[in-house]
Amino acid sequence: MSFDLAVIGAGPAGMAAAVEARGLGLSVLVVDEQAAPGGQVFRAVEAAHGDTALGAEYSAGLGLVESFRRCGATYRPGTTLWHLDPDSGELSLTPGGPAQARRVLLATGAQERPVPIPGWTLPGAMGMGAAQIMLKTAGAVPSGRVVLAGQGPLLWLLAAQLKRAGAPPALILETTPKGRLGAAFRAGGWFSGRRLLLKGLGLLREAWGIPVVRAVTGLRAEGEGRVQRVLWDGGSADCDTLLLHEGVVPATHVPLALGLQHAWDQAQQCWRPVVDEYGASSHDRVAVAGDGAGIGGWQAALAMGQLAALDAAHRLGRLTLDGLAQRAAPVRRMRDGALAARPFLDALYAPSAAVLAPVADEVVVCRCEEVTAGQVRAAARLGAQGPNQAKAFLRSGMGACQGRMCGATVARLIAETRGVAPETVSPLRPRAPYKPLTLGQLAGL
Amino acid sequence: MYATRPEARPATVEVSVDGVAVMVPVGASAAAAVLLAGAAAIRETAVSGAPRLPYCMMGVCFDCLAEVDGAPNVQACMVTVAAGMRIARQAGARDALLGEAPR
Ligand SMILES: Cc1cc2nc3c(=O)[nH]c(=O)nc-3n(C[C@H](O)[C@@H](O)[C@H](O)COP(=O)(O)OP(=O)(O)OC[C@H]3O[C@@H](n4cnc5c(N)ncnc54)[C@H](O)[C@@H]3O)c2cc1C
Ligand code: FES
Repeated sequence: MSFDLAVIGAGPAGMAAAVEARGLGLSVLVVDEQAAPGGQVFRAVEAAHGDTALGAEYSAGLGLVESFRRCGATYRPGTTLWHLDPDSGELSLTPGGPAQARRVLLATGAQERPVPIPGWTLPGAMGMGAAQIMLKTAGAVPSGRVVLAGQGPLLWLLAAQLKRAGAPPALILETTPKGRLGAAFRAGGWFSGRRLLLKGLGLLREAWGIPVVRAVTGLRAEGEGRVQRVLWDGGSADCDTLLLHEGVVPATHVPLALGLQHAWDQAQQCWRPVVDEYGASSHDRVAVAGDGAGIGGWQAALAMGQLAALDAAHRLGRLTLDGLAQRAAPVRRMRDGALAARPFLDALYAPSAAVLAPVADEVVVCRCEEVTAGQVRAAARLGAQGPNQAKAFLRSGMGACQGRMCGATVARLIAETRGVAPETVSPLRPRAPYKPLTLGQLAGL
Repeated sequence: MYATRPEARPATVEVSVDGVAVMVPVGASAAAAVLLAGAAAIRETAVSGAPRLPYCMMGVCFDCLAEVDGAPNVQACMVTVAAGMRIARQAGARDALLGEAPR
């Protein structure tokens, strides 16, 4: 099948792009690994919008999903993009056959930043986003003593959601250092972004009553075969489920595998694909929109999806340059408004050095191949210049996750050991298939 | 350990996790069923045999690789439960995955 526009990802960016592109008469394919539209923020909203624990903002995502369902795009849920040839526009998908597209939009979103602390591989330690997925997809909550450790807007959202669901966390360990609020105010954006920040304050108020330890350092988990205790400098607590979070980062797996140009994002301490005002990347068939192009939140993602669709229509001759400028102007204002609070949030929740590169040598950084921070440092001293070379020394990044969980940490450890700036170490270059294929899948091709 | 909230999402689908029957809500993933069953592990690592449970629930970490209805190396968090689904712990088995494209 051949389409004007193929969109990878049915989150806010992908859904908004599909609706906009269909409105301009383009034929659109939307592919998403999930069983239903919504992306991360509105995951399973069609099934779960009635669950009041998730909140009004979540339920409001239903409108977007409904207009996406009606827009006339060909939607292939439960389908993974495992290869893209950007020059020919051929997409390899599993399950099912390939597709062809004149323009491709990667709207593949974000992932939680890995939090490699001692003990994070023990059963019972998970991402906060993972616990939220349990709530969205199954209405389920962690039982026993639940500790939230880390920082970021999602921490307070999850604390409020768990409390509403009748399962408030026993303890919150916030890792934001002292003095950050001042730095955040100096970074700016708090005034123009005040509406978003007020929403955050509302969540803080809702979580009131849950014990909070602030400025936590030296976080670690311990236990026999599972998490039983969480410890930090100056304290410890019993714990059955430890939920970790240090913000989200763009899911750069596919854009890096495609060889798209990337730039170091100093504020968010991660790589992001280089894109123009409309999301166009360094390859002239491929655009990137939403949190996959840099973390901006779902409202910015939605606007970026629309802009990428307008640009696609223009490039395919369905929209004049004037038409593009005219339609884009209000969408850009929407995007800029949604991004206003970012400098404040980025400064407030900047990850600490110990999160980016664990201090203790025995911490496992590559969960698949069980490679430790100490091994990576040793490889760096032996001459590994970056994660691509460390792969050959250690197998880090060669396991099933293909470096999604360890790539950034390995690069950071090597940069530190070599005494160079993180942006001078090339990121891990993943290869197709973007997800490992099983023999069964291969046989079915 | 996780618990359902029947008032929000009744558990109506029966699956088995390592041979033990567990009821889970419609729309839950196989990995969610593992957590709801209270299983101690879903896989053992290929290198040291350490127990693991799902970490990310969104297809990133691959710590949920399990045997689903007899097929090994399934990302359990990406599979939606169906009545009668059999989910079983998997040990090691990294070599059965094809990490590089056939050329
Ligand atoms: C776990 C998690 C939970 C979050 N929860 C919230 C929240 O509750 N509230 C909030 O405001 N923000 C939340 N965020 C932030 C989130 O990034 C939102 O800002 C928003 O969902 C971004 O929208 P998007 O369209 O850019 O990407 P997403 O919503 O992330 O959508 C990307 C989609 O692409 C699909 N995809 C990725 N790779 C492939 C592939 N190779 N093949 C096929 N499909 C693919 C994914 O399945 C996903 O559905 C969360 C982030 C994470 C990681
Ligand atoms: S739990 Fe991380 S990939 Fe399934």
